[in-house]
Amino acid sequence: MTTDPGTKTRTASAETPPLPGVWTIGLQRGGVEIKQFFRQRDQVIFTFAFPIVFLALFASIFRDNLEGTGITASQLYVPTMLASGLMSVSFQSLGISIAVERDEKVLRRLRGTPMPPAAYFLGKIWLVLATGVAEAVILLAVGSTLFDVDLPATAGKWLTFVWIFVLGLTGCALLGIAVSSLPTSGKSASSVVILPFLLLQFMSGVYIPTKELPDWMLSVGSLFPLKWMCQGLRGVFLPESAASLEHAGAWEYDRIALVLGAWVIGGLVLCLLTFRWKSKQDG
Amino acid sequence: MTAHAVEVRGLHKRYGDVTAVDGLDLGIRYGEVFGLLGPNGAGKSTTVEILQGHRSRDDGEVAVLGADPATADRAWHARVGIVWQDESAPAELTVRETVTHFARYYPKPRDPDAVIALVGLEAKAKARIKSLSGGQRRRLDVALGVIGGPELLLLDEPTTGFDPGARRQFWELIRMLAAEGTTIVLTTHYLEEAEALADRLAVIAAGKVVAEGNPAQLRAEYGTYATVEWQEADGAPRSERTRTPTRTVAELTGRFDGEIPGLRITRPTLEDVYLRLTGQEVAP
Ligand SMILES: Nc1ncnc2c1ncn2[C@@H]1O[C@H](COP(=O)(O)OP(=O)(O)OP(=O)(O)O)[C@@H](O)[C@H]1O
Ligand SMILES: [Mg+2]
Repeated sequence: MTTDPGTKTRTASAETPPLPGVWTIGLQRGGVEIKQFFRQRDQVIFTFAFPIVFLALFASIFRDNLEGTGITASQLYVPTMLASGLMSVSFQSLGISIAVERDEKVLRRLRGTPMPPAAYFLGKIWLVLATGVAEAVILLAVGSTLFDVDLPATAGKWLTFVWIFVLGLTGCALLGIAVSSLPTSGKSASSVVILPFLLLQFMSGVYIPTKELPDWMLSVGSLFPLKWMCQGLRGVFLPESAASLEHAGAWEYDRIALVLGAWVIGGLVLCLLTFRWKSKQDG
Repeated sequence: MTAHAVEVRGLHKRYGDVTAVDGLDLGIRYGEVFGLLGPNGAGKSTTVEILQGHRSRDDGEVAVLGADPATADRAWHARVGIVWQDESAPAELTVRETVTHFARYYPKPRDPDAVIALVGLEAKAKARIKSLSGGQRRRLDVALGVIGGPELLLLDEPTTGFDPGARRQFWELIRMLAAEGTTIVLTTHYLEEAEALADRLAVIAAGKVVAEGNPAQLRAEYGTYATVEWQEADGAPRSERTRTPTRTVAELTGRFDGEIPGLRITRPTLEDVYLRLTGQEVAP
């Protein structure tokens, strides 16, 4: 082609409409994230089956009534499995998926468009909310039909459930976003994320009641949201008499709100300070 | 606004002790189709990524559409389209879902279905991306690069893996965008592609521009010799590289009685010029 490029001019750029807003694109991203998640059939099945399988496992190992409380061990496991299920759809899922997306240049491609960075995180939040709600519905359905867990009868208890759900899920999601910057590659992401999650589950009384944990272990667990999510959800789904099984002998809702709230704010700061859009080799 | 869509002065980029870009200068005019050629590792992708703002630079001045890409805002990103050399797309989404979704990021996108048709993916519009062939994925990359209706399009080896038909279709797309006034920067290893599309070319070797000009200029400037081939009386093939092929032929006419067996005169192709410029020439 030998046309003189100097004669060509662009006329279109004169009246450019404004850039689409953060919330609009965030919603779009949420739709795309949720579609992608639910289309990976094996991932969906394993994500939601995991806590149920563990629930069934523990319920068949520990069958006795817990002395003086009138509840069964399997009832005790429903709220803790729900708490760890919520942490898995937020912390574990984001920690791994963002690391993989960074490694597979998905983040680079998005950063090459005018998508506002906040919209990416909004999309992740929609995904976590959708999977979190699905996780809760499935576990509570199984818990109330097979394991004699009574769904709360009062609006007050449901309200408690909602704020623990929202604060806990948000804190864990932010922690997951922060942890996604640790793995150096997408391949190593699942090992880097799953080991600390597994340890935390033991230290937070998911599998072993908090009363039976060594003090130092519980102290470490108490630094993170999971222990408080477990405790709060036990308070919602177990009868009052079960409070005697708690380390403090009470549900401690004020402390739960304090720790979970602190994680939401601290987690946000941590993400803002540590989040990497580029992979290590992008320099 | 500068007179150039892309203005690069003294660009340097090192990775550890590897110098990828070593004092590169470029001036690409508005509305121009500009080809970047160079052997593997010459620094083309690094340069394109710096122009896009993804990669940091160690030294030098860069202005793309009048702004420094390293600190450019959303509005700037809406005006620049890019196709990277190594892309990946969301495997579980369909072609149409992906193109439509990306269109939403832009203030004035092209029509998603029209773009899908332009890259020849109509038949695959409803297919999941994971089911696409390599060349079809590459076409999707091109679609996502142009969906925002960019003023400047950066393409890093966009036609790798294209079959000849897809390549021609891509050429038509580039010509259409160029006719609309889009500035296009294209790296390629296909010399015929560079010759067919580019108004001007720069040949890069070891992070520096070693030659610049339109394809005909480059041939005239660096390919001043011709090769004369013929057969001796005993059938042995001979060839001679010369700036004066007419004189060689005149001499041969004197030596042979009548026809010169196997006579052939070849002028260097752009590829020959390129190989010579980048020091990859195979001795004749
Ligand atoms: N992330 C990186 N880390 C270290 N070195 C790198 C990195 N990216 C590129 N390089 C080096 O920089 C040099 C230029 O690489 P670049 O990718 O820019 O070449 P190119 O011209 O695009 O090559 P090709 O034709 O193979 O795509 C090469 O020597 C390469 O090894
Ligand atoms: Mg390259």
